[in-house]
Amino acid sequence: MSAFLSIRNLSLVLKGGPRLLRSVSLDVEAGEVRGLVGESGAGKSMIGKAVLGILPRSVEVVEGEIWLDEVDLLKLRPSERRRKIGATAALIPQDPLTALNPSRRVGPQVTDRLVDILGWKRADAQARALELLAEVHIPDPARVMRSYPHELSGGMRQRVLIASAFAAEPKLIVADEPTTALDVTVQKQILHLIARMQARHGTALLFVTHDLGVVSKVCGSLAVLYGGLVVEQSPVRDFFRQPAHAYSRALLAATPKYTDPMAGLNPVPEAVITAVQAEVAQADASWRNGGWRHD
Amino acid sequence: MPSSTPGFAMLDARAMVKRRLGLRLWLSGGWLVVLVVAATFAPWLAPHNPLEQDLFTSRLPPFWMAGAEPGYWLGTDSLGRDVLSRIMYGARIALVVALIAGTATALIGATLGLIAGYFRGWADLVISRLVDIWMAFPPVLFAILLIAVMGPGLVSVIVAIIVIDWTRFARVVRAEAMAQGAMDYVASAQVAGQKRLGTMLTEILPNVLPTIVVLLTLEMGIAVIVEAILSFVNLSISTDFPTWGGMIAEGRTSVHQAWWVLVFPLATLFLTVLSFSQLGEGLKDRFDPVLR
Amino acid sequence: MTDLYTVTDMHLSLADMVNKPLFGSAPRIDILHGLSFSIKRGEVLGIVGGSGSGKSTLGRVLVRLLEPSRGQVLFDGQDITHLNEDALRPLRRRFQMIFQDPMSSLNPRRTVGSIIAAPLKLHGFDRISVRVDQALDHVGLPRSFRTRYPHELSGGQRQRVGIARAIAMEPEFILADEIVSGLDVSSQAQVLKLLADLVADLGLTLAFISHDLSVIRRLCGTVMVLYQGRIVEHRASDALFAAPEAAYTRELLGAIPLPDPDQPWGAQAG
Repeated sequence: MSAFLSIRNLSLVLKGGPRLLRSVSLDVEAGEVRGLVGESGAGKSMIGKAVLGILPRSVEVVEGEIWLDEVDLLKLRPSERRRKIGATAALIPQDPLTALNPSRRVGPQVTDRLVDILGWKRADAQARALELLAEVHIPDPARVMRSYPHELSGGMRQRVLIASAFAAEPKLIVADEPTTALDVTVQKQILHLIARMQARHGTALLFVTHDLGVVSKVCGSLAVLYGGLVVEQSPVRDFFRQPAHAYSRALLAATPKYTDPMAGLNPVPEAVITAVQAEVAQADASWRNGGWRHD
Repeated sequence: MPSSTPGFAMLDARAMVKRRLGLRLWLSGGWLVVLVVAATFAPWLAPHNPLEQDLFTSRLPPFWMAGAEPGYWLGTDSLGRDVLSRIMYGARIALVVALIAGTATALIGATLGLIAGYFRGWADLVISRLVDIWMAFPPVLFAILLIAVMGPGLVSVIVAIIVIDWTRFARVVRAEAMAQGAMDYVASAQVAGQKRLGTMLTEILPNVLPTIVVLLTLEMGIAVIVEAILSFVNLSISTDFPTWGGMIAEGRTSVHQAWWVLVFPLATLFLTVLSFSQLGEGLKDRFDPVLR
Repeated sequence: MTDLYTVTDMHLSLADMVNKPLFGSAPRIDILHGLSFSIKRGEVLGIVGGSGSGKSTLGRVLVRLLEPSRGQVLFDGQDITHLNEDALRPLRRRFQMIFQDPMSSLNPRRTVGSIIAAPLKLHGFDRISVRVDQALDHVGLPRSFRTRYPHELSGGQRQRVGIARAIAMEPEFILADEIVSGLDVSSQAQVLKLLADLVADLGLTLAFISHDLSVIRRLCGTVMVLYQGRIVEHRASDALFAAPEAAYTRELLGAIPLPDPDQPWGAQAG
């Protein structure tokens, strides 16, 4: 097992429903930034949630392995898994408003993980949090530590969440649409910040987004999902120069660009959808015949 | 899921999950149906006259115990009256109170809540203050006072429940109407030029209806309890007519000699109130199209 | 071309309920600070700005969901600034709105057919059933969708229902408030194309509110950039995108990540 995060043949189902992920395999090397792209319902967030062990109750892993730092998470007992994930990985969530508990001050919410999971002393954690808040360019960190979330702007809250994600020096961070709720000007700052923090700390990053523009700025490589199936994995440069899959090409053509008034004029053609859906059906058919039966 | 047109392809996967079978809907609904049938047809179904006293058959145990007499399924009380028949006749009172008091409370409370929550402004100010003041009175005292003034009886019991409990509906429905009022479909109705009252009835009301239904079934359970309490302390209808509360009060005195006189009406009361609350939740699960 | 809307020195302030004292009235917050502009018949105007720029508030003034505190709004020469709801009702057919979140703007307890038909009934249209079918045809939804409920549809389909409801009224003006921001790129492209076609076919005047300049570039002939309740730039699209004048417009454009790894997207302070 070489890659730092290695997902092998992961299939998830909605209990009593269809597969949400269809035998997904994906490697993320240490220090790499990997984008997960797809439209809503493609399963991109589910991959991140599966890695962090925060799948909704209604979703079940039916097969596959998730190797994180040489350990298959799915073979661990729940308590061991939580400890392993807590010590190795962290999340930058989508909505900075709901990700922070509104009735608690910001400081303890940043230091909690250090104290509870890693067993730091409260004072050390406090010092570390101040240092990190300064590192994410929060002015007057000491005052912010004492504030409540509603006293901070959206951009500030997202900075706090980034600081708290990096607090325990995780080796992997899952960023789930971290800038979707922000204005473009703030988004730019936050993306630059994430990129800078990632480079400085050498953290591997799994970056979930629907925005191809964002991927082109942040990621080194990407995986495109449709209907829970990975249809393409490429380095970012290759992808934007020469997308391999017809669906990827169609997605790119559908993305509007202010530099080109004609871009974004092209809805994904029907033929492309039909073809990619046939691929999904094909994957399901061979999966059912592959010995593992799902009833 | 083969589909041709692009936009129609990815229907929400959640729509494909089968709705959980409404077991609690069936259980609670089933019990209430049994109760309604028993109450409605009590004169034909009840094995005995509930008022008939017979000292030769006093304190007979239920059918499975030694010394039971055939025909007295759940035994008799100290005056020899058939417990099962009395429970069936008692159900008439309980259900009438649940139905009338529950519905009237819902109508009054929900109407005021809807008006306060949607029209806001002065209407809200007046109604909300009224609710606040109303709720500051201790409810049991209020009920007893009311019955003291009106005199005991079925009507007094129903009025007492309405007067005490309309605030519950008003508060919850007001909050729900406010939340719905902030939705864009309400703005959309305004853009379309719909009048305020029309918007309230055609747009808001259907969306608060599930909440009202759940509250209504809860309220029916509460009404059954309140009636039982008032008849327990002898403030409901006259003592000779069987009520569950009255039976519990009588059973209490002879619990060591004849536990069944206490336990059966108590269990019936418990099951009924539980069924009402479960029915509401079950209905909501089953028939709410916007469950997420 | 004549002006459909003429807005002169329009101000709007809202009550600040957060800082309302226990007694007395709440302080006012100014949202819009004296806007003056006009919208020509047949124009497709893009209104762009960050959160808190007042773009949605401005839109809601145009369809008179909000009443300005000062200034004047003329619709087709008629002063609608302070008209009350009764006086507005006959005008309402003529300016319609499509909302951002189709889930919350479609009543979840009504079928698609009844959602589209309701405003038609209010305004006394004839042949309502035919009009509903035509509206569905126009937005490319099958007529069988009349009996569906909003939660049974995908996001793009819901937004088409919102559009169908608006165009069924045969309005002269449509306000579209962030209508594609919740959609995937593929449905977004479909809805934008649909909207462009409808504007051309039906001769509509459209105000399109968005935070996304790329989308606006695709659709709009003129662009108005709002920043903190003021117009910082208002020009023809081609001119604005070729050489943005206001510093804020340049900042906005510079922040957009294009799907192109070679685009210079340098770090900035902060």
